[in-house]
Amino acid sequence: MSNPLVMLPLLVPLLTAVLLIFFSRKVVLQRWISAGASLITLILSILLAADVHANGIQIEEIGGWKAPFGIVFVADMYASLLLVTSNLVCFAAVLYSFHTVGRDREVFFYHSGVHFLIAGITGAFLTGDIFNLFVFFEVLLMASYLLIVLGGTKIQLRESIKYIVINVVASALFVITVAYLYAITGTLNMADLSQKLSENGQSGLLTVIAILLLVVFGIKGAIFPFYFWLPGSYEAPPAAVTALFGALLTKVGVYSITRVYTLIFIHDKGVTHEVLAWLAALTILFGVIGSLSYWDVKKIVIYNIVTAIGVILFGVAAATPAALEGSIYYLLHDIVIKGTLFLLAGSIAAVAGTSQIKQMGGLIKSHPALAWMFFIAALSLAGIPPFSGFIGKLKIVQGGFEAGHYGMALVVLLSSLFILQSMMRIFIRAFWGEEKPAPQKGVIKPVLFPAALLLAVSVLYGLGTEFAAPFITQAAEVLNDPTIYIDAVLKE
Amino acid sequence: MEILMCFVCGFLFMVSVYLLLSKSLLRIIIGTALLSHGAHLLILTMGGLKKGAAPLLGEHAASYVDPLPQALILTAIVISFGVTSFLLVLAYRSYQELGTDNLDHMRGREGHE
Repeated sequence: MSNPLVMLPLLVPLLTAVLLIFFSRKVVLQRWISAGASLITLILSILLAADVHANGIQIEEIGGWKAPFGIVFVADMYASLLLVTSNLVCFAAVLYSFHTVGRDREVFFYHSGVHFLIAGITGAFLTGDIFNLFVFFEVLLMASYLLIVLGGTKIQLRESIKYIVINVVASALFVITVAYLYAITGTLNMADLSQKLSENGQSGLLTVIAILLLVVFGIKGAIFPFYFWLPGSYEAPPAAVTALFGALLTKVGVYSITRVYTLIFIHDKGVTHEVLAWLAALTILFGVIGSLSYWDVKKIVIYNIVTAIGVILFGVAAATPAALEGSIYYLLHDIVIKGTLFLLAGSIAAVAGTSQIKQMGGLIKSHPALAWMFFIAALSLAGIPPFSGFIGKLKIVQGGFEAGHYGMALVVLLSSLFILQSMMRIFIRAFWGEEKPAPQKGVIKPVLFPAALLLAVSVLYGLGTEFAAPFITQAAEVLNDPTIYIDAVLKE
Repeated sequence: MEILMCFVCGFLFMVSVYLLLSKSLLRIIIGTALLSHGAHLLILTMGGLKKGAAPLLGEHAASYVDPLPQALILTAIVISFGVTSFLLVLAYRSYQELGTDNLDHMRGREGHE
């Protein structure tokens, strides 16, 4: 039972990226192709999610080889929902980049890079094979190396060296872990691994491998001891690229942790999930400290990524049905809202001519739309009830209490307060008070449109939780009960 | 045989970690190259080093060596080759722009440049 719809969200960006290489000098044509292809991919991923909702998990066996022997692509509801949100952010970031990235970067394969990046992300979400996951990680990392250094300013060169070296080390560690896993189990297919572990039990060696994988994905996803590379690297590239990175790249690491910790390594939760819970709580703590200690718009939003990753992973670590559902709600919300915030932060820095909030002031008089959009985005991020961040955090805290992690659940609750404080500090400093002479940067209306699109989706997601609920429940079902996934892939 | 190979891999990892922690950018890149050598040898070792024919059906042997780790290594080699060449060009470019290959001089401060 192969379904070609599974592969289309991967193939369209891949072919678009190849096509765009041929038109590097024709910037306007590139923009049309790039935006059109992003929109098509978005529609395809919505169709895929609708198909998965109607007919259950969809799989595609590459080359017609049966599951543990060939590579299999698996679209369950969790992956499909992530595809929809990440393609939405990609579409908005492409629209935003038309007016901000500049011709110099666009003639040097900027749009190709974006589409290779989204192809890598899509592949990482859909694949059902650990080594294939490694390959798609490399696809998205190579594209991100290009995007982070493109333009070649001094800060970009300096930060991209650190970013690349960290990721090379993490990739080598991933290869090593795959080698250990293969030596013990003799398979690399995720469903087959999960089945072998449930039959033979999880020995101490496999628990060590689980922790090693947590380290690998933790470096990609910036959890507590491994987040040190993130603040510097995400500050360097232009705002459109930072929006893509901040909304999507770390979330791939989070997705991978969630996948392996709900599908494969579920037999020794006392060790693995306990470690994850502690790291998640510390991640929240350090993210909050970072976001409160800076006076720079970009840095504050960047540290809020770290906090959000901690919150999502705490939901995964608690591993009750409510907590897993909450982590899915929060993950989808966070992808959209981080995209919005980075686009808005880019616009604020552009109109104020600086990203230091101490040098801004009174922008609400000249840019009221920007101000109110930022205000709503800040409230959503903190999790104020009518907006989108509320339900996810509510369920995560509920699940945390059910699992007996009272102290850490309180950390999640308190973190909202500090997130709100860090965002309101931007709002008060930048938009209220005396107007400071800001350099005029032309019209910002076309730049605001993509952020408005993302914000509208985020607000609708918050108001229409009832509409999203059946999809999320279906996604959480697979995370709660891996046999659904195994049966769909191996078909016994 | 596997034990010997494990020691070799461990030694490669040790050297590469030492090089990665040094200050000169070129030494760091050499460190990443040694790290990927170690990782590739480890895949080969972990796949098992039992005796058998090369995985070619024309050999008509009774047993063959495991072909899967070899395919994994081939993939990992070209990927690390691509990344290393990118990193080398980046190091060259940043030497031209920043005028140093010492990581101590590449620190970020607020309001840099």
